[in-house]
Amino acid sequence: MPENWIAHAPFLAVLVSLAATPLILLASRRPNLREFWTLLAAAVKFGLVLSLLPAVRAGGTVEQTLLTLAPGISLGFRVDAFGLYFALIASGLWILTSFYSIGYMRGNSEEKQTRYFASFAVSLSATIGIAFAGNLLTFILFYELLTLATYPLVIHKENREAIRAGRQYLAFALSAGLLLVVGSAWIYAQTGSLEFEAGGMLSGGDHPAGMMRVVFMMFLAGVGVKSGIMPLHSWLPAAMVAPTPVSALLHAVAVVKSGVFGVIRMVGFVFGPEAMGAYGLNLVLAVFAGVTVILASLIAFQQTNLKKRLAYSTVAHLSYVALGAALLTQAGFTGAILHISAHATMKITLFFCAGAIYVHTHKSEIGELDGIGRSMPWTMGAFIIGSLGLAGLPPINGFLSKWFLLQGSLDAGLLAAMGVFLLSGLLNAAYFFPIIMRAFFRPSPAGEKPFGEASPFMVVPLCLTAFLSVALFLFPNLFVNLYDLAGLAVSGITGGEGTP
Amino acid sequence: MTGDHSVVLIPVIFFTAALLVPLCRRGSRRWPYWVALVSSLLGVAASGEALWRTLSTGEAIHYHLAGWRPPMGIELIADPLSAFFCLLITVVTVFVLWHGRSLVESETPGKAVPFYSCVMLLLGGLSGILLTGDLFNLYVFLEISSIAGYALVAIGDKRAPVASFRYLILGTIGASLYLLGVGFLFMTVGSLNMGDIASVLQTRAMSPVEISALLLIVLGIGVKMALFPLHGWLVDAYTHASSTATSLIAPIGTKVAAYVLIRALFYLFDTDLVREGIPVMNALAVMGAVGMLWGGVLAMAQTDLKRMLAFSSVGHVGYIALGIGLASPLGFIAAVLHTLNHSVMKAVLFLICGSLRQKLGDNALDSMNNSLRLRMPWTMAAFTLAAISMIGLPPTAGFFSKWYLVLGSLEQGKWHWVIVIVLSSLFSVVYFFRVLERVYLRPQEGAEEEPAPARDESRPSMLAPVLILSASLLLLGLGNVMIVNHLIRPMLPAGF
Amino acid sequence: MVDFIHDNYAYWAIMLLLVIGLYGMLMKKNLIKKLIGMVIFQNSIIILFVTAAYKWGATVPVVDPGRSTDEIANYLNPLPHTLMLTAIVVGVAIVGVGFAIVISIYRNFQTLEEPELLERMK
Repeated sequence: MPENWIAHAPFLAVLVSLAATPLILLASRRPNLREFWTLLAAAVKFGLVLSLLPAVRAGGTVEQTLLTLAPGISLGFRVDAFGLYFALIASGLWILTSFYSIGYMRGNSEEKQTRYFASFAVSLSATIGIAFAGNLLTFILFYELLTLATYPLVIHKENREAIRAGRQYLAFALSAGLLLVVGSAWIYAQTGSLEFEAGGMLSGGDHPAGMMRVVFMMFLAGVGVKSGIMPLHSWLPAAMVAPTPVSALLHAVAVVKSGVFGVIRMVGFVFGPEAMGAYGLNLVLAVFAGVTVILASLIAFQQTNLKKRLAYSTVAHLSYVALGAALLTQAGFTGAILHISAHATMKITLFFCAGAIYVHTHKSEIGELDGIGRSMPWTMGAFIIGSLGLAGLPPINGFLSKWFLLQGSLDAGLLAAMGVFLLSGLLNAAYFFPIIMRAFFRPSPAGEKPFGEASPFMVVPLCLTAFLSVALFLFPNLFVNLYDLAGLAVSGITGGEGTP
Repeated sequence: MTGDHSVVLIPVIFFTAALLVPLCRRGSRRWPYWVALVSSLLGVAASGEALWRTLSTGEAIHYHLAGWRPPMGIELIADPLSAFFCLLITVVTVFVLWHGRSLVESETPGKAVPFYSCVMLLLGGLSGILLTGDLFNLYVFLEISSIAGYALVAIGDKRAPVASFRYLILGTIGASLYLLGVGFLFMTVGSLNMGDIASVLQTRAMSPVEISALLLIVLGIGVKMALFPLHGWLVDAYTHASSTATSLIAPIGTKVAAYVLIRALFYLFDTDLVREGIPVMNALAVMGAVGMLWGGVLAMAQTDLKRMLAFSSVGHVGYIALGIGLASPLGFIAAVLHTLNHSVMKAVLFLICGSLRQKLGDNALDSMNNSLRLRMPWTMAAFTLAAISMIGLPPTAGFFSKWYLVLGSLEQGKWHWVIVIVLSSLFSVVYFFRVLERVYLRPQEGAEEEPAPARDESRPSMLAPVLILSASLLLLGLGNVMIVNHLIRPMLPAGF
Repeated sequence: MVDFIHDNYAYWAIMLLLVIGLYGMLMKKNLIKKLIGMVIFQNSIIILFVTAAYKWGATVPVVDPGRSTDEIANYLNPLPHTLMLTAIVVGVAIVGVGFAIVISIYRNFQTLEEPELLERMK
């Protein structure tokens, strides 16, 4: 029986939060029951994803085909190391975000909580589907589902600004989805298959250079929207009007991570490092990503709103991953993949902090944060950890991924990339330290009393994620063998020895 | 031979019902409705049986009217293509009638009897078009269904007769052009039987007279199909007809014309010649592509939901024409699959128009706001699903017909069509999300004071068909491979 | 050229009728005139069928002891004529429906002139 169980686990993992959605909707008048369903689904999902770990760690993949989607293409899942790695992060952080959401939503008495939790659950289904998709069409299917499921989250506030952001998001994301469809159709017409292959399904074949370039640009635009590569990033800061847990989900857990996941799938599994290099596609990606890193960091400087600053920082860090993948070296891929989890834990910490501050004190501008560290030491402590990590300082997992990224750019002989990473590290430090300075070294505004920490529903998750960020540096294989999985994924892509 | 009678039964059932409906008005007020519904159910059964039999035996069912053998007599043929279309139109009719039970009375009071009689006449004509194996007989059925169609459109709001008159003028031009084409063919080939003509035409080169016959037939049917730029009648007719009439004519009317086009281009004339000798296929594809864009652009500019959907129909007819115009197996599959998908999608959308009209009084986009999502959550959910399918997002049905269309275009290296498909999908994103944004996000005027509107869902007999049809969009999407392999591939003409 | 025109004069007449009918349907402003155009248009096609089926010196397809049944030229093909009987019936039905619609337009708007109609429909 255990084998059978494993064989169905991918689909069940996708299904579980989708199945929870009607329950969440039906329990809309009973918040406790509703949150119970969310948490139960999150726990079950994490368990299911975890159950796949032994098989994948042993170097295998778990495959499951549900039905034929189009001639020659099935609705199929194929859990490899990379997919599992991403699924673990997403489903693990879902649990924490759910706890946090409960605290935030109730503390702020937000409206439309049911819709929020329901969309959240569907988004998670889509994310796991993206992670486990075995071929491009399945990937696109869940990618579009994710677009639709996150739309209600982007427009959560339902004010003019939110609706405009939602429109922009839909316009970008759906056009991108169409480009992905056309690109896939072209690949299918050329090769007759859409199955992902470690090392690239287009590698080794003799394909017309023009086709490769056009298809690559289509894919780049396709995954570029969700991964916020400039100039397709503008929906992301605009969506900042949504409540913080939404931002946390968008930025750290599901949406943008699906975007960069797509970038690596594209580089490593569709085109393959060999073809990328042969047609000069990696340089295109590197230029877009590099420009995004620097520009977004500079823009982050100008922001006076805490969440907006975090948003631009996200845009920059997503392009780290893309830039790392564009290096096409083992260390580069390792860094890129590790940065997915590193950025996830660090950025979710920062957003949780921003949300906790907002719910508790209704402060959202950086200028209002004077002296807040003394009132909320745990929250701001976590904030320090997160921002130091993003700047790439040890002992936080952001250092680890950046180390590999730097090594990768050396290996690739791309000194420009190295320069981008170093410069952006400085910029990161420069835009986070003023916040920490204000929080701890400026006096509180006159007449303000210390107000203590926010609700434990919010403080505990954010401390946990901060703790995770440190722990994953000290013990990269802690809990779920993320480091080994990343190594397995990289060795699959490059055909090399595994982690350097 | 008795088993073969199911083929002739389909039109006979409907024509009998068309007579029965006025006769039974003296009974209960409900009788006309039940006669129509039961006849449609019988039609579903008969066409389902015919489809099942022709698929399982792999041969077409021939029925010789009055025992006269072709080419002297008229024969009815049920092959997978025609039987499938028959099943499609009868099933859609059942759902539309189910939904329209109270709507017909309330929208066009006192006109229920002629309405149902015309519906039956329309169905009889359309099923006759689908089944006949004789070109002139097809013309007669075409005119029967058109007359019923004109009358159905005219039973609408105050402006409906004007729309209907324009439909009548253009429809008659179309049908007459078709007749002219048939005349040309008859002059050179000397037969009206399709199989007979095909056997002659496919063995020798076509003369100029036959080529002009082909063009006249395409042109004439193009009017009936509302192919751009011959679509002038469609929009007003759909907008001003009653809700039930629109939801009946829109999904099946143009589709049957598309069937005639497929029948003529792939089965009657020499496919290779049509493909390469004369640019009619390319012209069709171009008309389809321009129609896709034109319909999309104008749909974005509409302020009335029904009118918007009518323009979107013009666009989607373009998809079918493009599929036919590719003249390849993939194009054929795309065209037939899109016919099926679009029928279901449009049926859902127009039925919802009817439900909304009953609650709101009209279909103006301005009168829609976020109270709708609270008043009619299920209807709006169905609308959303159908809209997503119209846009073409996986795994709904609409995605897959586009997928085949894109594959078909790529196969021939025809890039420009792919770009057109992408653009027209983007247009549909815009016009459907314009509606969805209103329904889900636009606050009511003065919403602060008013209490939240209570649940005010349409009655179960109107909700159920909408929900079933929209749920079937997901099934059609996920089961598309089965449909293609078991239903559409057997239809492919011998040339492929 | 002259011979070509002369030999096919019936077809030229039919073509003229066709064009007149089309012109009437599309260009005339009055709805009744449009319907008249439609009838002309339909009838031209009916005449085409009848003309095409006619043969000089042939007779109705009833066996005539004075004529050889082996010679095709002796007898007409009756099929087009019968078909056109049907087409005439269809045409009459359509004209009937057309008039019914025109009447209801007149009831609703009290005019049959298209420009006025468009004005009143606003």
